[in-house]
Amino acid sequence: MESIVEQNVGHDTTLIEAESIVIRFSGDSGDGMQLTGTQFTDTAAFFGNDLSTFPEFPAEIRAPIGTTAGVSGFQVNFGSKEIFTPGDEYDVLVAMNAAALKVDLPRLKKGGIIITNTAGFDKKNLGLAGYPDGANPLEDGTLENYTVHKMDVTKLTKECLAGSGLGMKEIERSKNMFVLGLLFWMFDEPMDYTINFINEKFAKKQDIADANIKTLKAGWNFGDHTEIFTTRFHVAPAKLPKGTYRNISGNHATAIGLVAAAEMSGLPLYLGSYPITPASDVLHELSKYKTSNVKTFQAEDEIAAICAAIGASYGGGLGVTTTSGPGMSLKTEALGLATILEIPLIVVNVQRGGPSTGLPTKTEQSDLLQAMYGRHGEGPLPIVAACSPADCFNTVLEAARIAVEHMTPVICLTDGYIANGSEPWRFPTKDQLAPINVTFATEPNGPNGTFLPYKRDEKLSRPWAIPGTKGLMHRIGGLEKAQETGNVSYDAKNHGAMTKLRAEKIEKIADYIPLAAPDSGKSTGKLAVLGWGSTSGSIKTAVRELLEEGHDVAHIHLRHLNPFPKNLGELLSGYEHVLIPEMNCGQLLQLIRAKYLVPAIGFSKVQGLPFTTSELKNKILEILK
Amino acid sequence: MTTITEQEVAPKLTAKDFASNQEVKWCPGCGDYSILKQVQTVFPDFGIPKEDIVFISGIGCAARFTYYMDTYGMHSIHGRAAAIASGLKGLNPKLSVWVVSGDGDAFSIGGNHFIHLMRKNFDLNYLVFNNQIYGLTKGQYSPTSEKGKVAKSTPYGSVEEPFNPSELALGAKCSFVSRSLDRDPKHMQMVLKRAHEHKGTSFVEIYQNCTVFNDGAFFAYSEKETKQEQSIYLEHGKPLLFSNGTKGIKLDGTTPVIVNLGENGNSANDLWIHDEHDKTKAHIIASFFDTEYNGVHFPRPFGVIYSEDRPTCEDGMEHQIEELIARKGRPSLDKILSGDKTWTIL
Repeated sequence: MESIVEQNVGHDTTLIEAESIVIRFSGDSGDGMQLTGTQFTDTAAFFGNDLSTFPEFPAEIRAPIGTTAGVSGFQVNFGSKEIFTPGDEYDVLVAMNAAALKVDLPRLKKGGIIITNTAGFDKKNLGLAGYPDGANPLEDGTLENYTVHKMDVTKLTKECLAGSGLGMKEIERSKNMFVLGLLFWMFDEPMDYTINFINEKFAKKQDIADANIKTLKAGWNFGDHTEIFTTRFHVAPAKLPKGTYRNISGNHATAIGLVAAAEMSGLPLYLGSYPITPASDVLHELSKYKTSNVKTFQAEDEIAAICAAIGASYGGGLGVTTTSGPGMSLKTEALGLATILEIPLIVVNVQRGGPSTGLPTKTEQSDLLQAMYGRHGEGPLPIVAACSPADCFNTVLEAARIAVEHMTPVICLTDGYIANGSEPWRFPTKDQLAPINVTFATEPNGPNGTFLPYKRDEKLSRPWAIPGTKGLMHRIGGLEKAQETGNVSYDAKNHGAMTKLRAEKIEKIADYIPLAAPDSGKSTGKLAVLGWGSTSGSIKTAVRELLEEGHDVAHIHLRHLNPFPKNLGELLSGYEHVLIPEMNCGQLLQLIRAKYLVPAIGFSKVQGLPFTTSELKNKILEILK
Repeated sequence: MTTITEQEVAPKLTAKDFASNQEVKWCPGCGDYSILKQVQTVFPDFGIPKEDIVFISGIGCAARFTYYMDTYGMHSIHGRAAAIASGLKGLNPKLSVWVVSGDGDAFSIGGNHFIHLMRKNFDLNYLVFNNQIYGLTKGQYSPTSEKGKVAKSTPYGSVEEPFNPSELALGAKCSFVSRSLDRDPKHMQMVLKRAHEHKGTSFVEIYQNCTVFNDGAFFAYSEKETKQEQSIYLEHGKPLLFSNGTKGIKLDGTTPVIVNLGENGNSANDLWIHDEHDKTKAHIIASFFDTEYNGVHFPRPFGVIYSEDRPTCEDGMEHQIEELIARKGRPSLDKILSGDKTWTIL
């Protein structure tokens, strides 16, 4: 943590004013760490801190209790300054059992604070966590470099709720509230937000609500009254740009972005989707917006999901399908159909570790080349990528604009890191959003009152004539078509010409997107870090720190990955070195090197985890040397 | 969608109005020609403006059907027509949507979509041109080919059991199950009309002769010499009669029995009266395929095997939205953007 002021606030408690603090909540999958982390985050956001979160959980719903495989973590970095990443290392580790300590201790800062539930360190739990017989890290001095607070949270919760009439199972389930209350005390955050949350959540189960609130307060009082804790911390509100904020996760922002796209285009939204981690939350969220005339369709499989969206687009709707890697593979043939049909479609791929089932709950950026080249035949498509949780909103809105205005499927890439992570969002109002222009064909456009479904406009896009439109009946399909008429054509030269036209149409989108410019640093210089997608926060933090330290570095971040901004090649040529960090083996690197012939340097991390700021800084400094 | 007011009513369309300007390219003598003709013949009677009709097909000989109808249409990808059609119908329930498929397209590569479409019950019509062979890929056995079928990929005979499409559809909760054949134009027209009138997914299996790769597969049911013994035509409320009315089927408990009328005192009054809405009996009729009862082979049924009125998926989707909007109102986009919990930095 970065502390500013220390003051003694009486008794034996010191209040430390900190600029930013990283807390890692860690426990068994059943310990409620995600909820605890989210509540802490929402409270911090609500009271004005900037923040970034990183939920990390196992793929198994209930992995074997007490084992390292079952550890579920939630990391939050909150501060009084701008925060772009969840933090490389944490200041505070909450470890609800031995396995949690084992898994997450390595990234706790030296001298950091550990809060443990001793009930999770009995012989059984120590054994399950894989500690040797007789070893207990809480007792044997291995934690002497840290400040360790040991308490039997389970027992304290039981005592607090004795006589509440609740069963032992329900009482045990409340123990995360004890920890949350203690942390609220420790970090000088109010409990009101969570008390409201509990009352809303358990509106129909007053006894449960009362028990949770009682435990929460007990945790707070435990900090306040016992003399175990001598230090509290305060993080002042961040000096964020003026405006009204909400906290939002990437998947939620994607869902809202789609609702906004429907409203700004005037098209009914139709989502075809099949549940898949980590994309399912987009389906869940959108299903709540039926009052905005949103139709969500949980299809029988990934293929049916995209096909239903294609059918809806053909009918004049905003067809959307949401998925993750394996689902993307299944949708590929249908995506080829949409490509040759030249109809609008939005495909959201929340990337995760691959190949195959890979790492369902971990993040990766390894589907870029699939998005670029995944179809058989020549089937270029526009690709956009979101760079932060809130940016998922802007990006999916941009995907919709391109899809509808250029009559093409668009792939929108996010990933598990920003999909589940959250940040404060200075949300726009409707009048700040650009309209999406939709023109349905209503009149014949060919000789003698005929309709030419593949006659192209200045963008090279074709008319959208939807069923129900009088006089424009026509047939489209997956077979190659003759120019303009769209009739089936096996003519060799026509196929060459159509292939070229489809590619030119996508290239032409570059005329309608913003030019590339550095996010920080100068537009020429020694080194540019070129990024895309969720690496933005880490790169931004690393580059800004290096700029402050006096280094000649810049950060360029791409939203549009196909086509690239028109000036990208020229911009990159203004730097001596171009570094491309990616959570893959160098996919953007290949595209950039192939297209612009610049000797860009790749920096890969394929570990299911985002880059840390220090990893990036070290790499940049190594090149600058 | 265009709605037609009284003043605008156009002269009744003819079969010709439904023919597109594209040359029909099936093999000479293909059963598909008859199906195309019957569809174009009955459509004017439906009174639907052409622009409100959409054909969606997958891949295969049958799938080319879409190009030959002067309506809206999409010739899509193998097996997926059902899924595309459901998205279209879900978005715009006012359209008359027709899926054209073949036995490979519907039951093999598209099998998953087929069963789920039946279960979900979108109001659309699903025609399967069943020729019991893969035609467009030049003669491999299909999921409806008989066991032992000698074809390109099974030179020593297929070792697999075929699907019985009617049983498959019934098992998947299809609300309208029917069968017809290419060589009986009048019957096919009747079934198409019934399918159109049915609100829900109407499954129409059409036996279709492939002259090149499986010629005569259904001649037993269509040719004069055998037709009367091998097929039975179902009519709601009428007894199950076949063999020129000399034979009938009655039920002994749940076991069907073939009886000769006039023998042993058997009269038409004792026969099983076809009830389209009786699902248990529909299952028994559908099993007149490869099931033998007491060692007796039964004639193949044609007509409407089963029909049931139940809510459609698109209505369910629309009603839920309407009901929610009536109860909660439609939120402004600004409200959605802000959510419930915000804070302001001054």
